[in-house]
Amino acid sequence: MSRIADTFARLRSEGRPGLVTYTAAGDPDLPRSAEILKALDRAGADVLEVGVPFSDPLADGPVIQRATERALAAGGCLRTALSMIEAVRLHVSAPIVVFSYANPLMRMGVSAFAARAAGAGVDGVLALDLPIEEAGSFRSEMKRAGLDTIFLLSPTTTDARIERAAELGSGFLYGISRLGVTGARDTVASGAEALVRRVRQRTSMPIALGFGISRPEHVAQVAAYADAAVVGSALVSTIAEAGSSPDLIDRVEEYVRWLKGAHAHA
Amino acid sequence: MTVTTRRDPDLRGYFGEFGGRYVPETLVEPVEELERAYLAVRDDPAFTIELDRLLKDYVGRPTPLYEAKRLSQASGGARIFLKREDLTHTGAHKINNALGQALLAARMGKRRIVAETGAGQHGVATATACALLGLECHVYMGAEDMDRQALNVFRMRLLGAEVSRVNAGSRTLKDAINEAMRDWVTNVTDTYYLLGSVLGPHPYPLMVREFQSVIGREAREQIVEQTGRLPHAIVACVGGGSNAIGIFDAFIDDREVRLIGVEAGGEQIIRGRHAARFAGGSPGVLQGTRTFVLQDEDGNIELTHSISAGLDYAAIGPEHAWLRAVGRAEYAHVTDSEALDAFQTLSRLEGILPALESAHAIAHAQHVAKQLGPLAIVLINLSGRGDKDVQTVEKNLERKTATTEDTEDTEVKS
Repeated sequence: MSRIADTFARLRSEGRPGLVTYTAAGDPDLPRSAEILKALDRAGADVLEVGVPFSDPLADGPVIQRATERALAAGGCLRTALSMIEAVRLHVSAPIVVFSYANPLMRMGVSAFAARAAGAGVDGVLALDLPIEEAGSFRSEMKRAGLDTIFLLSPTTTDARIERAAELGSGFLYGISRLGVTGARDTVASGAEALVRRVRQRTSMPIALGFGISRPEHVAQVAAYADAAVVGSALVSTIAEAGSSPDLIDRVEEYVRWLKGAHAHA
Repeated sequence: MTVTTRRDPDLRGYFGEFGGRYVPETLVEPVEELERAYLAVRDDPAFTIELDRLLKDYVGRPTPLYEAKRLSQASGGARIFLKREDLTHTGAHKINNALGQALLAARMGKRRIVAETGAGQHGVATATACALLGLECHVYMGAEDMDRQALNVFRMRLLGAEVSRVNAGSRTLKDAINEAMRDWVTNVTDTYYLLGSVLGPHPYPLMVREFQSVIGREAREQIVEQTGRLPHAIVACVGGGSNAIGIFDAFIDDREVRLIGVEAGGEQIIRGRHAARFAGGSPGVLQGTRTFVLQDEDGNIELTHSISAGLDYAAIGPEHAWLRAVGRAEYAHVTDSEALDAFQTLSRLEGILPALESAHAIAHAQHVAKQLGPLAIVLINLSGRGDKDVQTVEKNLERKTATTEDTEDTEVKS
């Protein structure tokens, strides 16, 4: 069983909702983004998504776009992201998922990437603009290297494609709670629950739900029907606001504890 | 590999190893819905009749095929013919596609249109089609392009479109496409994305080609009528590549006709200073399609440069990548300075101000004409008119004159 599957199995057996975090590799710089991963793990994040900065993040909203720019300027890219993961792997118990646009992965070469990622201790991969239809050989390469391929599901995903994603994907499914680009919102989208219900009818694979989550009550709300909530833009904003302040790492850790705290009582 | 008459991509939208559908999950179903809707109208005579009527009465098709005799003479070789897409309503080939897709959007019940634009010609064409059909229009344009194509920005606004300035990245066409896609993914239920070139996820490269292929069908008939034969070579500029595909398409099976695409060589072929994908690029995925892309070793997209906003883009249409791979088309590049010279040459010799994009085709066609000799026939797709570019040309000519005077000065002193 993969580290990701293990984590979700444990969450389920403990009846505890999970928290998945997203940060960009190299934001605000490579040494500190490594420290951030360790802080997230200490604060109890259950899965760490590491975003690979890409020049053209067309599915991302302004917050992640800015993070991407900071990370690119600081030397963030697929190679440095993998080196960073390799360096923190021994200090972090949570599974690590590489979250990337397709082009950096293809530029490295899919099999070269699979080998290097597995070597670095990566557990899963999510390629944002590589839908099921384009992911056939990609998924086989990942599987061969022992990596989970995580597929996205959106409110526009048909039931038939949900089934295929559950069949071809492994680890967990990543549900997008609303149409649009990434970004924090005041409330969780009303369509989120309906999406999860459609997924549950078709598969027992765990579901993490993202897009728009920023507060403990969102996490609690999502936890009522999904296996985990994903926090991205709001966490990235916390990093941006802390900037070069010496308490950056503490603030990140505090923020995640705050998010986790509420659903412990939910 | 054999080339058949109807060269559709395969069911997954691939031309050979190029094309496909690399979109975020939310767009998969909308893109499939678009494909179904397009394939339905493609074979619907009522749709074709409606579009053909608009192309004739509103756009002014067929556009003339004109023999540029003074240009031929000056180029010291072949007879040169110009397919006058610059004479369409709105002044460029872009209207052929914009009208076709706007009609399709209306049929799909989408009342809001988003589009990207580089030089502004596609934005103007889309704003025009939306005005005509009573659709809401929102155009995204890079900040740098808005500055260098100010006239077209004003035209779009006069036509009732909302134009948004995009400050991200290189602030040109690529960034405008990112922003248009973000809008689409957010408003996908009531919004139609009217992409302006043979780029993006399937079915766009196919659909845009089909709407532009009217250029080649007309040109083929006209050249045979005027010369009694097919041309030896066809030359067209290639940004995304829609005007080139549009004129190439009718000649694909005529293996004796050379098809030549001309990319923007910019200042020179060094990283960041050009937009010649086949000179400095490699296969990659950008904005929904797998094709030749200018990228660095980490897979980030490189900055591009061209004097013409319409050619200033890091990827080329996937069908072009395929035509090159199978050896059916060849690609060259022309520098800013050569394009500027061709702009003036055509203006002075023929009384036609070409778009700076089309000036790239003129510049290269002059070489081809010389090389092929007086018995040959060269057909150029004059994809657009140059009014939008006069300020850019003026600025660059001043700079050029200043540089020349500086040089002369130095020479006198030394």
